[in-house]
Amino acid sequence: MLGRTANDLFWMARYMERAENMARLLEVGHRLSLLPHEDGGQEWRSTLQSAGCEASYIASHDTFETREVVDYLLFDKSNPSSVYCCLSTARRNGRAQRTAITREMWESLNGAWIEFSRSASENVASDALPALFDRIRDRSALFRGALLNTILRNDTFYFTQLGTFLERADNTARILDVKYYVLLPQNELVGGGLDSAQWAAMLRSVSAHRSFRWVYRDAFKPWHIADFLILNPQMPRSLHSCYAEIMQALSGLSQSYGLETSCQALAGTMLSRLKMLDMPGIFQAGLHEFLRDFISDNSRLAYEIAAAYHFND
Amino acid sequence: MAFDEMHGRGRSRRCRTPYRAMATWLDGQTSEQLTTRRQQAEALFHRTGITFAVYGTEEAEERLIPFDIIPRVLSAAEWRRLAAGIEQRVRALNAFMYDIYHRQEILRAGRVPADIVIQNAAFLPEMLNVDPPRGIYSHIIGVDLVRTAENEFFVLEDNTRTPSGVSYMLENRETMMHMAPDLFSRNRVAPVEQYPEELRATLESVAPAGLDRDPVIVVLTPGEHNSAYFEHSFLADRMGVELVEAHDLVSTETGVMMKTTQGLRQVDVVYRRIDDSFLDPLAFRPDSVIGVPGLFEHYRAGRVTIVNAPGSGIADDKSIYTYVPEIIEFYTGRPSILKNVLTWRCRRPDDLAYVLEHLPELVVKEVHGSGGYGMLIGPTSSRAQIEAFRAKVVADPARYIAQPTLELSTCPTVTDEGVAPRHVDLRPFVLLGDRMRLAPGGLTRVALKKGSLVVNSSQGGGTKDTWVLED
Repeated sequence: MLGRTANDLFWMARYMERAENMARLLEVGHRLSLLPHEDGGQEWRSTLQSAGCEASYIASHDTFETREVVDYLLFDKSNPSSVYCCLSTARRNGRAQRTAITREMWESLNGAWIEFSRSASENVASDALPALFDRIRDRSALFRGALLNTILRNDTFYFTQLGTFLERADNTARILDVKYYVLLPQNELVGGGLDSAQWAAMLRSVSAHRSFRWVYRDAFKPWHIADFLILNPQMPRSLHSCYAEIMQALSGLSQSYGLETSCQALAGTMLSRLKMLDMPGIFQAGLHEFLRDFISDNSRLAYEIAAAYHFND
Repeated sequence: MAFDEMHGRGRSRRCRTPYRAMATWLDGQTSEQLTTRRQQAEALFHRTGITFAVYGTEEAEERLIPFDIIPRVLSAAEWRRLAAGIEQRVRALNAFMYDIYHRQEILRAGRVPADIVIQNAAFLPEMLNVDPPRGIYSHIIGVDLVRTAENEFFVLEDNTRTPSGVSYMLENRETMMHMAPDLFSRNRVAPVEQYPEELRATLESVAPAGLDRDPVIVVLTPGEHNSAYFEHSFLADRMGVELVEAHDLVSTETGVMMKTTQGLRQVDVVYRRIDDSFLDPLAFRPDSVIGVPGLFEHYRAGRVTIVNAPGSGIADDKSIYTYVPEIIEFYTGRPSILKNVLTWRCRRPDDLAYVLEHLPELVVKEVHGSGGYGMLIGPTSSRAQIEAFRAKVVADPARYIAQPTLELSTCPTVTDEGVAPRHVDLRPFVLLGDRMRLAPGGLTRVALKKGSLVVNSSQGGGTKDTWVLED
């Protein structure tokens, strides 16, 4: 496989995953903005932080009005992480690799793009936003389904898996970090009287507000939520799950290429740490510090994968 | 009145034999049914993504070449004759190229004027004395034919550089079989689906000698903005080979390499879909940013094969075209089976005088033009258009050739006014490697505008499935 092909597949998957995460973050932000808050702007600010778009937003906007933030994250062509740009980039990557992806994958990419590019900000009424968020998630699910059902289990599959799960891990870690750090009053202990709406919102943003109850069967407790999103291998968006998938993809690659790479060692270390740690340990060392290190290791891994498999030679 | 593929000529309107089963089928279809089938076909094409051109950055729409659901049919006997003619032509043109890039006997014999070869932009002096594997220059050729009567086929053009359209031949057949399986059960239609395998076999057969492994083949595309990009990726996909752009290739001391996820890997055969001048900036155009520096040097040393060979455009130049009957006789010792269209070369004063006198009856083309642009079709042009064109020809006669306006055959076609005759041409696709492989069928292009003789897709043309019946 060409290095360029691997690069395009990786980013195609990453951008589709990002579009979906963006839709979810927006959904939650939108929901919180409807609650009787003293400061709705703060909510949107943390949504922008989770999306990794705070600095660029502030550079071009003065306020955190709902509609402005939503437009920035959905439609803004100057924001590379807007849903518009994610879908457009994913489709462009897929189009450049029509020989590597299946017809079903192409049709879902193409369909997502054609549908979304027709809905411009001025045509979407505020009360139509939730439906639009749903559609973005549906489209992403369709793509993922097409991928899992039709793709050959060879390097094509492994590189798309890597893109998906590196992006997902990054997203989950950011959501946790932002909520933990921003929303927790400084003088309050972790596990103290937190507004449960905040924690519920966090679970919603990873589609886990219902599954959480099935796993923990008690009220939202921050350490349980952190446990769920970081360490629980059953939770498909937890860091643990993401790294189990990443590890599988990397082993698959090294088997089919007959070559061990340094990224496999790095991912292996990260996965075994997630397996061994428990929440008391993480809290003791500092949740924020843990997440900050994780996010940076995660991007280092992406970088090493690109180097090991000659993405940009 | 033009010869009709289904009804022949004249008033009798009797159905020609190869179309019998089709006619019965067509009689059983209401115009609503035909319209529905046409829409189904369009939906199928959209889903496959068989589209061309227009990729602005903001542009989500891609254009389809219109597809007509009434196939064009050739009998086994008709096809045998065409096949013999095409084979003869393709072998002769390759012999011609071998000759002009080596001893140039045909020029010394004075059968083709030396200046139109040597001074031709498509002639590459860099290719002199280069020995391509099996002595083949054009491995993949599309011969443009038109028909004017029961037994009158003419060659309009030999596309010997990078003929396109074969993906339409394949997808048109897929669509047709999907939509009208009953039609196939009533006719014995020769399959064309083996084309990608045959293409691959052809490419493998011209790999550099002495390889101790399976040859590594790539399709080289200018990229996704090229109007034929769909076809490039389609062919790579169907052959199961990599689709590369120039920057995916690099030349090292040992040969041409592609940059893979596992490092560099040697490439043996490059099926290029880019022009000669963009192949290698070291050899051809220093200002070219696309291209693989060093590719040509490796080609010359026999470390990689380029298909079609650099310099193969010389054989389909319109100024050479007029000499193809002589070329065939010179190399095969036999008269040409397929006819050329009578052509006046405006570079010759006598011809020019005739052309200027008869402009309203003639088709005048630029020697180096293509795609139906820059041409005059006398009979359908206004006086002002003709006079404007006359001025251009007078200013630079050598740039033009002229031909009589051929009454292209028509084929029944679904139009907004029901089924009506529309003019068609035919492009069969030939492969030449260890042996000749001719796909039984080809691309039939149809001028969808009533009375129009221009079949190019850029000018409102469509395509049809093309059937060769078995005995």
